[in-house]
Amino acid sequence: MAINTEKNSYTVLFAVLMVIVVGSLLAFVASGLKPKIDENERFEKQQNILYAMGVNNNEGEGDVAFIPTTEVEDAFSQYITQQLVLDGSEAVEKENAYLIDVQKELAKIKSGEKAELPLLIGEKDGEKFYIIPMYGKGLWDAIWGYISLDDNMEIKGVYFDHRGETPGLGANIKQRFFMDDFKGESIMDGNTYTGVNVAKGNNDPLNNDKEDNAVDALAGATITGNGVTAMIKESLKLYKPYLQTIRTN
Amino acid sequence: MALLSKKDANLIKDPLADNNPITIQVLGICSALAITAELKASVVMAISVLFVLGVGNVVISLIRNMIPSKIRIIVQLVVVASLVIIVDQVLKAFAYELSKTLSVFVGLIITNCIIMGRFEAFALGNGPWRSFLDGIGNALGYGVILVIVGFFRELLGSGTLFGIKVLGDPVTKTGLYSIGYENNGFMIIPPAALIVVGIIIWVQRSRNRALIEEA
Repeated sequence: MAINTEKNSYTVLFAVLMVIVVGSLLAFVASGLKPKIDENERFEKQQNILYAMGVNNNEGEGDVAFIPTTEVEDAFSQYITQQLVLDGSEAVEKENAYLIDVQKELAKIKSGEKAELPLLIGEKDGEKFYIIPMYGKGLWDAIWGYISLDDNMEIKGVYFDHRGETPGLGANIKQRFFMDDFKGESIMDGNTYTGVNVAKGNNDPLNNDKEDNAVDALAGATITGNGVTAMIKESLKLYKPYLQTIRTN
Repeated sequence: MALLSKKDANLIKDPLADNNPITIQVLGICSALAITAELKASVVMAISVLFVLGVGNVVISLIRNMIPSKIRIIVQLVVVASLVIIVDQVLKAFAYELSKTLSVFVGLIITNCIIMGRFEAFALGNGPWRSFLDGIGNALGYGVILVIVGFFRELLGSGTLFGIKVLGDPVTKTGLYSIGYENNGFMIIPPAALIVVGIIIWVQRSRNRALIEEA
C-alpha cells in the first residue's frame, strides 16, 4: 500500500469520509423504510386497541393473538365507532385520534400546556367499550397500553406493552395470564377512582376476588408492577371528568 | 472434496468448545447474564450476534488495510453500530413481530465484547473468508452457551421452555407441581446465570484438563 495510514491528515480524512458514507447510508435506509415502518406501527396500535376490547384471535390457553395485519384495518373501522379527544369533561370527535402520541400529550400536561387526550369508543355485540390509552414507566423504560371500560367502570380488557422490561420478569406484563387478571376488576372503590393495584401478597393468585381492586403481582418484577399500578391510576385521573359523565352506578 | 480446509474448519470448531468465547475467553458475559432468563430470548440473541459478527468481521477485514490504527476502535464501533441499526430498521419494516422481540437486545449487541474482540483480534489481520468463518464460529460458540444457560434458567426458574409449560401448571398444581415441586425464583435473576456459566466452565475444564491454567 502506498498510502501512509499513520499520517494525521489521512486519519482525519478517513474519519470524515467514514462519517459521510455511514451517515448517508443510514439516512438512506431509514427514509426508504419509513413508510413501511409507520404502517406497521399503525397496524400494531389498531391491533392493541382491538385486543383491549376483546377483539382478538386468542384460541389456545395463554396465547396472545391479534387480528392479522391484513384484516386489522377493516376490523378497526368495524368495531371502533367513535374517536374522540377530551376537552375537560366534554369529548369532541376527531379523525384518527388513536394515532395521537400519548407520551407527548402527557408531557404537555406536565408543562401546563393544553393537551389532546384521545378516547375511543368501541362496540361489540351491542356492548359499549370506552378505551383509554395509557403511558407510564416500568423498571428500565417506557410501558404503555390500553384499558377498556364499560359504563359501570368495570374493566373489560387491557393490553400492556413495554420497551425494555426484563425478559421473563417485567416483560411478562404482556402475557395473557397477567392481562386477563384485570378483566372484571372495577376501577372504583365506592365512589373514588382507585384504579387497580398490582399487589404483592394478594393471596389471590387465581384472581377470584373481583372486588378488591387488585391483581396478583409478578414475582421478581416489583418495579414494573408498581409502574403498571401507577400508569393506570395516573391515566384514569386525567379521564375522570369525562368518566364521571358516563358513569351509571 | 472437503467443503473447508482443516485450518478453516478449526476456525468454526474451536470456538464451539476449546476456545469458547464465553467459557474460555470470558467475553460477552454481560449479555449472557442479562438475557438468558428465557430460552426464546437466548436464541434470538444468538442469531442476531451470528449475523452482526459474521458480516462485521467481513467488513472490517475488507477495509483492514485502510483503517488508520489510531482510530481503529472507533471505526470498529461505527461498523457494529451501523450494522445493528440497519438490521433493526429492516426487521421493523419486514418482520415487525420479530423486531419487537429483539428491541431490547439491539443495544446489547453493540456492547457485546465478543464482537469488538473478534474485530480487533482476528478480522484486522486476516482475509475476508477466514474472518467470516471466525465470526460465525465465535457467534455459534457464544450461542451454544446462551442456549444452554437459557434452557436451565427457564426450565428451573419458570418451569417452561419457549414459554410452554413443560412441568405442569404452578398455580393449579398439575404435573410435577402436584407432588410439591416449586419453581426456583433465584434462577430467573441474573446471578443464577453466573452460576450456570460457572458450572459449564467447571464441566468443560474437568473433561479437558489442558484448559486449566497454571496457578
